[in-house]
Amino acid sequence: MSELLDLLREPWTFEFMQRALIAAVLVSVVAAVVGSFVILKGMAFIGDALPHASFGGVAIAFALGFNLHLGGAIAALLTALSIGFIAHRGTVRYDTAIGIVFISGFALGILIVSTQSGYVVDLFSFVFGNVLGVSWTDVWLTAGLGGFILLAVALFYKELLFTAYDPSMAAATGVPVAAMQYGLLALIGLTVVIALQVMGIVLVLAMLVAPPATAQLLTRRLPPMMAIGALVGALSALSGLYIAWYADVSASAAIVLTATGFFFLAFLFAPGRGLLWQHRFTPTERA
Amino acid sequence: MPDNSPTFAPAVEVRNLSAGYNGHVALEDVTFSVERGCLAGLVGPNGSGKSTLLRVMLGLHKPWQGEVSISGPPGRSGRGHIGYMPQSELVDWSFPITVADAVLMGRYGRVGLIRRPGRRDREIATAALERVHLAHLAKRLIGELSGGEQRKMLIARALAQEADLVLLDEPLAGLDATAQHDLLRLLEELRREDKTLFVATHDLSCVAANFDHAVLLNRKVIAFGRPSEVFTEQLLAAAFQRHLLVLPGGERTLVGP
Ligand SMILES: Nc1ncnc2c1ncn2[C@@H]1O[C@H](COP(=O)(O)OP(=O)(O)O)[C@@H](O)[C@H]1O
Ligand SMILES: [Mg+2]
Repeated sequence: MSELLDLLREPWTFEFMQRALIAAVLVSVVAAVVGSFVILKGMAFIGDALPHASFGGVAIAFALGFNLHLGGAIAALLTALSIGFIAHRGTVRYDTAIGIVFISGFALGILIVSTQSGYVVDLFSFVFGNVLGVSWTDVWLTAGLGGFILLAVALFYKELLFTAYDPSMAAATGVPVAAMQYGLLALIGLTVVIALQVMGIVLVLAMLVAPPATAQLLTRRLPPMMAIGALVGALSALSGLYIAWYADVSASAAIVLTATGFFFLAFLFAPGRGLLWQHRFTPTERA
Repeated sequence: MPDNSPTFAPAVEVRNLSAGYNGHVALEDVTFSVERGCLAGLVGPNGSGKSTLLRVMLGLHKPWQGEVSISGPPGRSGRGHIGYMPQSELVDWSFPITVADAVLMGRYGRVGLIRRPGRRDREIATAALERVHLAHLAKRLIGELSGGEQRKMLIARALAQEADLVLLDEPLAGLDATAQHDLLRLLEELRREDKTLFVATHDLSCVAANFDHAVLLNRKVIAFGRPSEVFTEQLLAAAFQRHLLVLPGGERTLVGP
C-alpha cells in the first residue's frame, strides 16, 4: 500500500513536475471552458487554425531573435481577430475565412523556418509542446491569463451564450453581438496562447475539443458541460503526466491520448447516449 | 389608405427604404406605416423581401437609404424595445439549452450586460410559456420540440421581451389548422392589450380573414391598407406575378391559386 503511495507521490517530488502539473491542469481547465463554445458553434476548425497560424508569428520572432511566446501570442490574437473581420464582411463563409488565414500563417512559418540554417530545437518545442520545461514565470503567466479568460467567460456568460445560440435575436434584444463575437475569438486566441507551450501546435486542438466533447455526451446543458469538461481536462493532465513519467513518453501526447480515451469511454458507456446503452435499450426507452 | 382616425398614432413608420445584399436589391423605396394597436400582415411571395424588411426595422441589417421610426411610450421607444420572432428555419435547434432558458433569453436585453436575470425575469418567462401552452415542456431541450412547439417557443420568447411592438416572421408556416387557430387567437388577445403586431407571412387567406391591415410587398410596396382594399385580383397579380383566384364573400375574402 505504501509502495503504491510512493509511486503516486514520486513524480511530484521534482519541482519541474510540480510546475508541469500546475500548468497542464490550468491549461486543460481553461481550454475545456472555452472549448465548450468552440464545439457548440461547430468551430473546431478555428481551434486548429489559431495554433497553426501562430506558427508564422513564432517563426518571425525566431528569425528576428525576439521572444517566441510573445510572437506566437501576437500571431494567435491577430489571427483570431482577422478571421472575425473577414467573416464579418459577409463575402466569404466563416470556415473559408478560417482556412485562408490558417494556411497563410502556417505557410509563412514554414517559409521562414526553411530560410533558417542550423539549430531550430526551440521551434520544435512549439510544434510538439514542452510541458516539462515550463518555468515558474510561465506558470504565473498561465495562471494570470487563464484567470482572466475564466473571469471574462463568467462575467459575459449570458451574452456569449445568447450570441452563440442566436446572434440575430441577441442583437435584436440589444446584446452587443459583434463585440461578443470578437471577444469570443480573442478568448479562444488567448487560450491557444497559454496552451501552445504546454501542448504544442499540433495538439492544442485536442484540449479544446476532447474534454467538452466528452462532457457533451454526459450532460446536455452548458454549465455542467463546462464543469465536467474542466474535470475531464484536469484528470487527463494528471494521468497524462503519470504516464509520461513512468513510461517515459511525450507528456503532451500522453495528456491528449488520456483525454481522447475519456471521450471514447463516454462514447461507449454514456448513460442514455452511449453506444452500448443504445444497443441494450430500444430508442423509445431513452431518457 | 391609412386609417386617419386621431386615436391611432403610427407605431412604425418606414420611409423611402431601400436595402439589399452585395448589390442585389431586396427592397426598393418602401414606404408604409403601421398603426398602434393593430394586427398588420406583411404579405408577399417567397423572396419578396419580408424577412429583410423586418431585419432592417430591427436594426439588424443596414439599409442603403431611407428611415424607420419606431414610436412608443417615453423611455420605451426605439429599437431595443421591439419584440422579434425570427423565421424558425434560421434558429439553431441543436443548441443544448432548455425551452425555459431559451425563453428567458427574451429578457436578456432588459437585464443588461453582465447582470443575471432575476426572479421577476423568470416569472415573466414562465408566464410567456404558459400563454402559449408550453409550460409543461419548460425543461425539455429545444431540439426535442415538434415544429409547432418550436414556433410557440419562439413566440413565448418574443412575449418575454414585453415589447409594445412585435415583429413575427412566418409564425404560421407549417402549423396545422388547429395550431394556426390557437396562434391567431393569441394574436387577437395581444392586440386587445394594445400591442402592435406586424406579421410576415405568405399565407394570403389568413391575413385576408383575420388581420386589420396588410402591406403587400414584392421588393416594392404594391399596396397597403385594409385587407379588403389590398387583396384585389389586380394588386395580388402584381405582387405574386401570377393569377390568383379571389372570392370576395361577406366578411371573408378567400384567396387561392
Ligand atoms: N443573407 C443574404 N445574402 C444575400 N441575399 C439575400 C440574403 N438574405 C436574403 N437575400 C435575398 O434577398 C431577397 C429577399 O429575401 P427575404 O427577405 O428573405 O425574402 P422573404 O422573407 O420574403 O422570403 C431574396 O432575393 C433573397 O435571395
Ligand atoms: Mg423570409
